[in-house]
Amino acid sequence: MTQEAPPVAPCDTISAAIQAAVAKGRPALVGFLTAGFPTRREFKANLAAVASVCDVVEIGVPFSDPMADGTTIQRASFVALNDGVTLTWILEELNSLESRHTAPIILMSYLNPLLCIGLEALPRAAAAAGVAGFIVPDLPFEESGDLKRALQHEGLALVQMVTPVTPPERLAMLCREAKGFVYAVTMTGTTGAQNGSLTEVPPEVLEYMARVKACSSVPVCAGFGIRSREQVARFAGHVDGVVVGSALVEVLERGEDVRAFLRSLR
Amino acid sequence: MLRKSAAMSGLPDARGRYGAFGGRYVPETLVPALDRLQFGVERYLQDAEFQAEFQHELKTWVGRPTALTLASTLSRRWGAEVWLKREDLAHTGAHKINNAVGQTLLAKRLGAKRIIAETGAGQHGVASAAAAARLGMPCMVYMGAVDVERQAPNVGRMQLLGATVVPVTGGDQTLRAAIDEALRDWVSDPNGTYYSLGSAVGPHPYPYLVRELQAVIGREARAQMLEQAGGLPEVAVACVGGGSNAIGLFHPFLGDAAVQLIGVEAGGRGAGLGDNAASLTFGTPGVLQGSYTLILQDAFGQVRETHSVSAGLDYSGVGPEHAYLMKSGRVTYESATDDEALDALAECAKCEGILPAIESAHAFFGARRYAQAHPGSRILIGCSGRGDKDMPILQRTLLKGFG
Repeated sequence: MTQEAPPVAPCDTISAAIQAAVAKGRPALVGFLTAGFPTRREFKANLAAVASVCDVVEIGVPFSDPMADGTTIQRASFVALNDGVTLTWILEELNSLESRHTAPIILMSYLNPLLCIGLEALPRAAAAAGVAGFIVPDLPFEESGDLKRALQHEGLALVQMVTPVTPPERLAMLCREAKGFVYAVTMTGTTGAQNGSLTEVPPEVLEYMARVKACSSVPVCAGFGIRSREQVARFAGHVDGVVVGSALVEVLERGEDVRAFLRSLR
Repeated sequence: MLRKSAAMSGLPDARGRYGAFGGRYVPETLVPALDRLQFGVERYLQDAEFQAEFQHELKTWVGRPTALTLASTLSRRWGAEVWLKREDLAHTGAHKINNAVGQTLLAKRLGAKRIIAETGAGQHGVASAAAAARLGMPCMVYMGAVDVERQAPNVGRMQLLGATVVPVTGGDQTLRAAIDEALRDWVSDPNGTYYSLGSAVGPHPYPYLVRELQAVIGREARAQMLEQAGGLPEVAVACVGGGSNAIGLFHPFLGDAAVQLIGVEAGGRGAGLGDNAASLTFGTPGVLQGSYTLILQDAFGQVRETHSVSAGLDYSGVGPEHAYLMKSGRVTYESATDDEALDALAECAKCEGILPAIESAHAFFGARRYAQAHPGSRILIGCSGRGDKDMPILQRTLLKGFG
């Protein structure tokens, strides 16, 4: 760590928050919300609600071509874009929070909006806004060097995704450089898929999680298609955390109680 | 063949880059699938058995080589020597079939159980459906809901050929949304599904694979020019949407320094963002659908909707090799507006007895503009497809005045 870097790098706050939950005997809850959905006006309140229950918050930056997302997040992204949500606006909102949330914040964004801000300006602006890391679903390891180096200047994480079809040697390589946590995608598919086979969380999914855990020195969180207390309970002990995205966005969409929904998962 | 054309430009490099452009920007789930495709490309594209089967299908089913036609009336009117490479004569009516046959053969060798494809004008969808029927594979085609409406005849053709057509109502409901949806399908079944991408766009190795499968256009045209015209053209002109017919026509001419190459994009209604589909002319660098290339985007990196009278050119991005060829200066890119393309289409139909696709008509306009500036020149036009599928839109435009 260089002298200019803060005593605790932001990326380490992510791992620490997840490990703190595990120490309490439960998987960490990572909650995802699309920024400015259903409206820009409600963003800060929704963020506060998610941050009050979750251990880590993932804020989705809407993009015109969300190729890794299922229908729920696609819909939320288009609503947010039509309402004028931009990455710049999101960072301004985070900068103007009266007090920072305890739960570390990660931005989930496709690459192009990040390139538009520029790899030089982005890490500084994000760190200043209290962002601890990024998840970039269309940026595979081989293309990630430039962004990873840029984020490292500010101690920010670039969270690595792995999937059930990632071959063993590749899994080892991806986990080796992981920061923050390893995002283990539960299935082949898009976010929010209501894949019947995941409802029960079959043994092969848990075996896959064990393989990921064995490779990773940072916490492992499972995500995609997780929407029920039963699923979370099934993953407990097998992973360090679970990501709940589309199900949470649907709660926002229906105008239901975010805190109550998130508490129900624990 | 692969070695020779790769040696000519040396591109793409091992990471799928054409200079700064190209690459592979996809969700992690698709990385092993693209690795498998890359393996398939390296293992089979030059394989004698694969080539024999591919060439046999091109000859006996697609109807290759396609003709090179001297456009004598256009030549007289334009004061030039105008030659047409007749991809409109290829089976299913456009160059798209070259790529569809090649990729379907590759899919079979890679053990895929089904083919998925996206389509804009419907030509790649029809080609994929036909190739899948011919080679005994189930086929699903994603098509933007707007395109389903404006290219209705092609939807019926795909269905008759046994494909399932899925209208895409998300996003801009045109080609871009169809590609997004096809990618989502592929992410859901990366092992059993083969994604047959229809243009020279997307993540590596697609731009390379599609170029190699389409380069038959330029190879034939080059040999035919030498034989029929007695020499190479001064200029070769092709329309550019994603850019598969253009890269196929241009690539075998890249080493011929005396042959100018001109790509003509869809200028739509004009220069404003959202009024055209001219990514090379008006776009800026960015990542769209797997590739770093020139795209039509706003100041925040959101990809914008495009406009063109031609569904096949109505796309916010362009193949990365075209972005490279523009930056390197080897190829010149310009645009033709909706009205200019329609005017060129009408002229070709009346003068030559050939109804080109509205896409191809952009190239005809570009060629006419070149002829006016360079009297007496020998011009090769890539007539990438026929216009039968455009009848609904032609009824609403050119034919509006015809009682």
